[in-house]
Amino acid sequence: MEKIAVSLNHITKTYDKGKVLAVDDVSLQVKQGELFGLIGPDGAGKTSIFRILTTLLLANGGTANVAGYDLVKDFREIRNRVGYMPGKFSLYQDLTIQENLDFFANVFGTSMAQNYELIQDIYDQIKPFKDRRAGKLSGGMKQKLALCCALIHKPEVLLLDEPTTGVDVVSRKEFWDMLKRLKQQGITILVSTPYMDEAKLCERIALMQQGRLMSVNTPDNIVKDFPAKLYAVKSKNVYALLIDLRQLAEVQSCYAFGEFLHVTLKSDKVDGEDWLRHVAERKGHEQVLVKLIEPSIEDSFIRLMNEEE
Amino acid sequence: MAEKVIICKDLTKQFGDFYAVNQISFEVAKGEIFGFLGANGAGKTTAMRILCGLSYPTSGEAIVAGFDVYRQQEDIKRHIGYMSQKFSLYENLTVLENIEFFGGVYGVSRKEIKERSDLLVKDLGLEREAKKLVSDLPLGWKQKLAFSTAIFHRPKIVFLDEPTGGVDPLTRRQFWDMIYEAASSGITVFVTTHYMDEAEYCDRVSVMVDGRVEALDTPNKLKETYGADDMDGVFYRLAMGAKRTGD
Repeated sequence: MEKIAVSLNHITKTYDKGKVLAVDDVSLQVKQGELFGLIGPDGAGKTSIFRILTTLLLANGGTANVAGYDLVKDFREIRNRVGYMPGKFSLYQDLTIQENLDFFANVFGTSMAQNYELIQDIYDQIKPFKDRRAGKLSGGMKQKLALCCALIHKPEVLLLDEPTTGVDVVSRKEFWDMLKRLKQQGITILVSTPYMDEAKLCERIALMQQGRLMSVNTPDNIVKDFPAKLYAVKSKNVYALLIDLRQLAEVQSCYAFGEFLHVTLKSDKVDGEDWLRHVAERKGHEQVLVKLIEPSIEDSFIRLMNEEE
Repeated sequence: MAEKVIICKDLTKQFGDFYAVNQISFEVAKGEIFGFLGANGAGKTTAMRILCGLSYPTSGEAIVAGFDVYRQQEDIKRHIGYMSQKFSLYENLTVLENIEFFGGVYGVSRKEIKERSDLLVKDLGLEREAKKLVSDLPLGWKQKLAFSTAIFHRPKIVFLDEPTGGVDPLTRRQFWDMIYEAASSGITVFVTTHYMDEAEYCDRVSVMVDGRVEALDTPNKLKETYGADDMDGVFYRLAMGAKRTGD
């Protein structure tokens, strides 16, 4: 039987004397060695979940286990077994890279040398700057240093709260490559992101919105569950086309997606592509292109959001 | 030929021996949605601060909304709107108070503020929230309201600095509907973003690398030039060669 590294059972968290419901009855399990993603916008409840799992915040209801320990009863054990990278850069700005690493190693009763093989791959990229103060580092380097500090005590579970937010495409890609290599070393990783395109890099994901889980599955299965045919449509004037298509009674949803519009119809037609092309051309649109496509995680997310409303 | 609302020629900003912005040149036409992309540290923020009249260039020329970035900073500020994810509204003022405040700061008359703020609140569907504090609004609504206040004085140009960070995909699209609407009413939109699919919504896109504008064209032409399927590919190809990293 598979071991469970993180388990949440009906976790609820409210703020402001119960007025704000941040986490709404969330249950989920992350398997040992899994790369699991919490996907959702700001206010979905991702950070609250991280702060609960790191024992920094008490839930109002529900129970949870991390690395086999109870969140409330054994919080000290958990603190030694998780690595946490908060969304906001939280290392000592006036200490150098080297000093930050030594400090965190010391706090956890270890040394940099002891688990060097775990961080080596990441540390090598910032090593040339090891005497520079953390406050003077670029965003990408800060991110790498924070990851090194979170790994220094060889945690069983790595909790990463929006590590790639505000980071450019190139650094984001590098970061995910690092996560994949860490996973190969057997570390369980729970990571959150507001970027839907990063979802497919996880083994399983939870789509979150306003404190609730909308769906938990593999990225492939979430996409497979998409219940309608999805068309990508474009023409010379995409914005005018968007307005025209939204007015049609047969159109269920129509929204911009990169250079295309993504369209679903209220009842699937056999000849949906032809039908869409004809209506667009009848409205006077030029260079109309329609194709049937596979939905992405972002399409699924939008669909689930609309269904909840 | 369409009216030019931003003209930049060899614009440069130097900090010591570091060229944050290195001889950038481009023009933006009235009503255009202009995407301003770049890796972290490429110089986007520095360039944008100069164009908003907040910082002086070291050399080169730039005219924004008809005003010179060296001598007419205050005129520039009066004729542009600005919104960023980080600063946009006063949380401890109500929705109406925020509109009134920004309208007032930009010199819109009291009478006009009164008339148009009611209309705006209705357009946004915020009638019930009009007298609530902004801090009580969900993030998506804050961003839509922030955008509306940024263009309330009908500026020639609105600068948007990563306006959609952190919002859900549905709200992000509603936000872009508002951008399109503003552009079709003649407001020029100058926008930075980390979402590459949003780059596709722009009329033209520039990509900054290490202080220079490395590429500038329509999304389609850029994809053709760099042999990429989407803007993500274009950006990756350009930014991969960057030597600088930073915030």
